[in-house]
Amino acid sequence: MTLLPTGRARIDELRMVGITKRFPGVLANDGVDFDVRAGEIHALLGENGAGKSTLMRQLYGLYKPDAGEIRLNGAARRFNSPSDAIHAGIGMIHQHFMLVPALTVAENVALGLASSRGPLLDLDRVSKRIEELGERYHLKVQPDAQVWQLSVGEQQRVEILKALYRGAALLALDEPTAVLTPQEVGEFFKVLRRMAEDGHALIFISHKLHEVIDISHRVTVMRDGKVVATHPTAGSTRERLAGEMVGRPILLEYDKPPVPAAAANEVPRLEVEDLHVRGDRGRDALRGVSLSIRSGEILGIAGVSGNGQRELAEALTGLRRVTRGRVRVNGRDLTHATPQQRIAAGQSAIPEERMKDGVVRDFSVSENLILQDHGHAPYSRAGFLNTRAITRDCAALVKDYSVKTPALETPTKNLSGGNIQKLILARELARKPTLLICAQPTRGVDIGASEYIHQRLLEQRQRGMATLLISEDLDELMALSDRIAVMYEGRLMAVLDRADATPAKLGLLMAGVAA
Amino acid sequence: MQRAKVLFERSLSALTPFLAVLLALAVGAIMLFALKVDPITAYGALIEGAFGSPFALAQVLVKATPLLLVGLGICIAFRGGVINIGGEGQIIVGALATAAFTLALPQAPAIVLLVGGMLCGMLAGGIWGGIAGALKARFGVNEILTTIMMNAIAAQLANFLLRGPMIDPIEVKNGTMLAQSARLPELSWLPKLVPQTLLHAGAIVAVIMAVVVYILLWRTVLGYRIRAVGLNAEAARFAGIRVPVYQALALLLSGVMAGLAGSVEVLGVSHRMMDGVSGGYGFSGIVAALFGKLHPLGAIPASALFGSLLVGADKMQRAVQVPSALIDALNGLVVLFVVSSDILVRRRAQRRKAAERKS
Repeated sequence: MTLLPTGRARIDELRMVGITKRFPGVLANDGVDFDVRAGEIHALLGENGAGKSTLMRQLYGLYKPDAGEIRLNGAARRFNSPSDAIHAGIGMIHQHFMLVPALTVAENVALGLASSRGPLLDLDRVSKRIEELGERYHLKVQPDAQVWQLSVGEQQRVEILKALYRGAALLALDEPTAVLTPQEVGEFFKVLRRMAEDGHALIFISHKLHEVIDISHRVTVMRDGKVVATHPTAGSTRERLAGEMVGRPILLEYDKPPVPAAAANEVPRLEVEDLHVRGDRGRDALRGVSLSIRSGEILGIAGVSGNGQRELAEALTGLRRVTRGRVRVNGRDLTHATPQQRIAAGQSAIPEERMKDGVVRDFSVSENLILQDHGHAPYSRAGFLNTRAITRDCAALVKDYSVKTPALETPTKNLSGGNIQKLILARELARKPTLLICAQPTRGVDIGASEYIHQRLLEQRQRGMATLLISEDLDELMALSDRIAVMYEGRLMAVLDRADATPAKLGLLMAGVAA
Repeated sequence: MQRAKVLFERSLSALTPFLAVLLALAVGAIMLFALKVDPITAYGALIEGAFGSPFALAQVLVKATPLLLVGLGICIAFRGGVINIGGEGQIIVGALATAAFTLALPQAPAIVLLVGGMLCGMLAGGIWGGIAGALKARFGVNEILTTIMMNAIAAQLANFLLRGPMIDPIEVKNGTMLAQSARLPELSWLPKLVPQTLLHAGAIVAVIMAVVVYILLWRTVLGYRIRAVGLNAEAARFAGIRVPVYQALALLLSGVMAGLAGSVEVLGVSHRMMDGVSGGYGFSGIVAALFGKLHPLGAIPASALFGSLLVGADKMQRAVQVPSALIDALNGLVVLFVVSSDILVRRRAQRRKAAERKS
């Protein structure tokens, strides 16, 4: 038996064979074969609902498979609970951290484990061990720091330390990079590579294609509960992986003609000058943001979430009071305008939280499609809704924007995230806006729908619409934007031309390091 | 197959309130046992009291009428995401305004008295609800508190008017000083629908209003906005709907309906304004509305059922000599069971959805 540097036995091979898991009405896993070996980083790729999480939950003892077998080092095993899985050397890092914020790192690691000193805590020993492990795997964390004081990246290190401390020889990481900045991702990947070199087996669950290509040795793609491909990562392109995920060829980079040169007397569609806005806790969330967007231009806003992007969108849509500065739309001062005045001025918006701000969940599809325009012809006359016109136009919109819905009367909450986003897009673009404030347009939306949404945004750009695109997805910003501004602590660090914007440059700016 | 399942689910959810009533009566039976009363006799009397004779049936509809009108107002308020506990006060001011209007024009033709009287009642109720609405919209004052307090104000206003300016001159002459207004001119009385009973045309008014409220909520811009605001104020605001305005309007319209209930009571039943005209309808109307799933058309059978419960319970009290508190307890049980069964049904639906989504 080979030992890992942590002193635990290696898992030379984990093999899941013919795993089938059925939920009422859905076949979540359909005869899935998956394996990972010591020293390997194996990426598990797939859209939301493809069955990745279900598969991992069975590995971790949270669900029991209806059929199939889990073999560790060749021997069939049954995991009835997570503690069975942990005993067998399997660790899992969840997307949402399972840490107690008020406790220290060492206390969190020791939580729920037997102490070597019986009823007394042995935190010194735990701390020492944490330092050793941290040293070996570049996971530097102060063992006596309280968790709430740590950054998100540091908290993730604590999660990994916790798993290593508990003797994990195989680690499944569920969307581990979702909360990290590009810099932190780089650091994090070093840790993963080190662990693989030491003989750990790693399962990397993600839908970020470039990360999968970057870090993994092999990749397994799932779609609709089935494995559609398993192959070495080397030589794969993002397009190939995306195509496997969706089941049809997918475009990830778009051809777009350059923005025509400005005419002498052209008025920018959006001009923001020295914008100041308070955040929810009363502190300044925006501290002097200035930008301008021309007709036919997409300005991307990059940044780690929580640096004022949400407040910027809210200020520009009239939901948050501006404390200082000016906002002009098509030359008109709309600094303190209400949402309805902005809509009347030709502005549309796609809100960050689509279920909260974008749609009324319990309204039907057609009721949501007329959320702004119900008050005038042709949708209403003399205060009465014109059902015929509403049905006619909504049917056309649903078709035009390929919103998948059983009927116009279906409650919107029954639609998938991607289809709800298409519904919002249809509503906001049908008005032929001159300016679109667009926040996280494809967050949580599958690749197929994302591609569709991007094409529609570019189509409107061609038409001359100006877009402020706030996104945490760098790929999306790079694919769509003509210029990219980076936001950090309520200010714009820099505005780069798309051609100059590399992920490395953007990453530094996002971390607050001036170029 | 799928269709049949949906149909089954739908009818189950429609039947739930009735099952809840049965359960409430079953629990009530335990209380009757405790009082050494045979529940079968008691409930027999209840059923007979409500449905035993044409007169009883008519009486049920008489009670159902104000319940329905108040319930319609509650539907509007709830759909707009606001809560109106002020039905009592709105009924009182509606009744006061109607009485004052008809008494001021004793010579006017019936149509003027009836239509004008009801409009006055609606206006007064609307003002009463609208004040709470305006306070919420302008200053963010909680509407539950204001509507309750407006109830007290309305009661004292009636107290003052009925003992002072509006008191029946005959009461003053006789020295009995009962707090009631003079009898309304006979032309202003709502016509009887069935002779020898108390059933009056107010029932028809209420059913028509149910249809009107339905149209208002689902076919007009105003109703659309009220529902949007009630279901998701944030999204409504984002879409440019002025949320406070529509919350206030929902409270105002809710008051209009309760005010109309007050009008109909004085024009159809008491034929004068007096103490106790609101008769608790302001509160039981809320239950009727919930029972009807906050749908104006659902409120029609719901208020008929509650009307029969009120009338039947009266008879039961007399027949088996139980304290009137028991009747209140029984009503309370029905409310409790109906409201909690609704929550159960919703939970069930959520669980089913969650199971479907877990893939």
